[in-house]
Amino acid sequence: MSSLMGEPSATGRFGEFGGRFVPESLMPACLELEVAFRAAWADPAFHAEFTAILRDYGGRPTPVTECRRLSERLGVRVLLKREDLAHTGSHKLNNVIGQTLLARRMGKGRLIAETGAGQHGVAAATAAALFGMNCVVYMGEVDTERQELNVFRMELLGAEVRPVRGGSRTLKDAVNEALRDWVANVADTHYCLGSVMGPHPYPWMVRELQRVVGDEARQQCRALLDGQDPDWVVACIGGGSNAAGTFAGFVDTGAVLVGVEAAGGAAVGRGVPGVVHGMMSYVLQDEVGQIAEAHSISAGLDYPGIGPEHAHLSSIGRTRYEQAGDDEVLAAFRLLSETEGIIPALEPAHALAWLAREAGRSVPAGATVLVTLSGRGDKDVAQVRELLR
Amino acid sequence: MTPRTAPLESHLRDRRDAGRKLLVPYVTGGMGPDWIEAVHAVADAGADAVEIGIPFSDPMIDGPTIQEASLRALQRGTTPTSVLDALARSDLAVPLCVMTYYNIVFRAGLRRFARSLADAGVAGAIIPDLPLEECGEWCVEADAAGIATVLLVAPSTPPARAGAICERSRGFVYGVGVMGVTGERAALAATASDVAKMVRTVTDRPVCIGIGVSTPDQAAQACVEADGVVVGSAIVRRLLDGHGPEGAGEFVASLRAGIDDATA
Repeated sequence: MSSLMGEPSATGRFGEFGGRFVPESLMPACLELEVAFRAAWADPAFHAEFTAILRDYGGRPTPVTECRRLSERLGVRVLLKREDLAHTGSHKLNNVIGQTLLARRMGKGRLIAETGAGQHGVAAATAAALFGMNCVVYMGEVDTERQELNVFRMELLGAEVRPVRGGSRTLKDAVNEALRDWVANVADTHYCLGSVMGPHPYPWMVRELQRVVGDEARQQCRALLDGQDPDWVVACIGGGSNAAGTFAGFVDTGAVLVGVEAAGGAAVGRGVPGVVHGMMSYVLQDEVGQIAEAHSISAGLDYPGIGPEHAHLSSIGRTRYEQAGDDEVLAAFRLLSETEGIIPALEPAHALAWLAREAGRSVPAGATVLVTLSGRGDKDVAQVRELLR
Repeated sequence: MTPRTAPLESHLRDRRDAGRKLLVPYVTGGMGPDWIEAVHAVADAGADAVEIGIPFSDPMIDGPTIQEASLRALQRGTTPTSVLDALARSDLAVPLCVMTYYNIVFRAGLRRFARSLADAGVAGAIIPDLPLEECGEWCVEADAAGIATVLLVAPSTPPARAGAICERSRGFVYGVGVMGVTGERAALAATASDVAKMVRTVTDRPVCIGIGVSTPDQAAQACVEADGVVVGSAIVRRLLDGHGPEGAGEFVASLRAGIDDATA
């Protein structure tokens, strides 16, 4: 069996992608983090605590829901992995609980995080509150405006939200600013990166911390499907953490794996290999290498890069990366709300939009499709109301 | 061989061995219409080499001053080629070192970028997001093109690692003075001397301290342990504030005087 979605190489490469492209000041911290994660991940006591917190505090396992009315509408059998039902409303809590436990193990009492839509920021602020740690969240100024409620939510949880005014004032700039903070404060600070991106060991570590999504879903699907796996497994991708966690559970099955990018932020679809935020991956950029600004209705997918393991899985053809545009995403947002009584976040609405378009076309009628519903749509309701007016 | 095309390291070693402390001012390429005049002004004000930034959209190790200069440069349509073309046309008396981020190098192609530096008369390259573990492929091309790749040692670098970095560095060793991004500081960090001392125990290559060296006094203080200093944000801020090449030159002259007075 191949080592698909196993460990990256010693220097953190997935094929040609990944690596550790960080200033020397941060290299020792990256090396220390890798050692700490490796030790923790091999420690049954760490797993026991991680699992117990996700269960008793986070509400795991999240269910898989069979969508009867949506399935009837689309002509394919749709199952949803319900990360919207996890505490804080998305899959992001899995990663931050793991990283916060790790930070505590490393003796670091301060957490910093970047956030786009605010889901990761809220999750990080939540974990910091739970463990009594200080937390600073960097958020592009554009995103603080379109996700005002999440800013307040983070502040309620005791975190400090610092608006980032540099560059495009969105997620990529928030990552830069978090990295700058980390360089200055690395002795007492853990950078709780929110996706399967950045320098090694983050892409690998965050995928491992998120694989609970895919591991649970695989068992749950087998229970629902008489021991079978779904034919298709679909997830949205910004940096790609919910997709990586989901795919990790299915990469060795026969399922077709599909990641759906925002059309305006499609790093695999429209990017070329490049280096940003400490990793080599597909990156939206101009002809001399200046990083481009992504554009999406969804702040969480407004990112010009993608996790390096996704770039690798794409280059070897194991996963497919597709795109969904803003209009069809809004339609899918309404479709799930009306047919199933579930308001999705705009990010997984991309996965649903792709499925709604392709059901009966590239996804054959009658196929069984698992979609990871990575978060709930409460945070997006005000924005969608404006857009639909 | 003129100093401009002499290998960076032998040029700096000769000066150091003659008892001179090294001063390396930094200017962001393309930051304003008179940036090349600013390069001349700082070169003529007592510099031993000049560092030129090729602007990048996501300068993650840079603080607000150089971020702003980079943004202005990009808004003016500055490209790696426009910076290198201007340098190629200029007649400067000291060696030049470019500083940029790895994506600019990678996008151009490693061999092509290394040759374009050599063709422009550039002697060295500082790529801060290309650490020891990742720099191998670039260094092969840089060495072949005669470009000195300057590596960085940070306050967080353990001594054994510093040894490996200094072994691979060419030109000089860039000692990071303080844990943090580029920018002016009220005082020189204690780590600046610590880094210089650590580097000196593992190599006889020249070591210059950069990041957080902002005034003549701080430069002189850093030169107690180090062979020299790199000064960026304090110069770039003066250019952003409209002091022009003349103001930048005067400031660099004051750095030179501060260093020389202290070592006299």
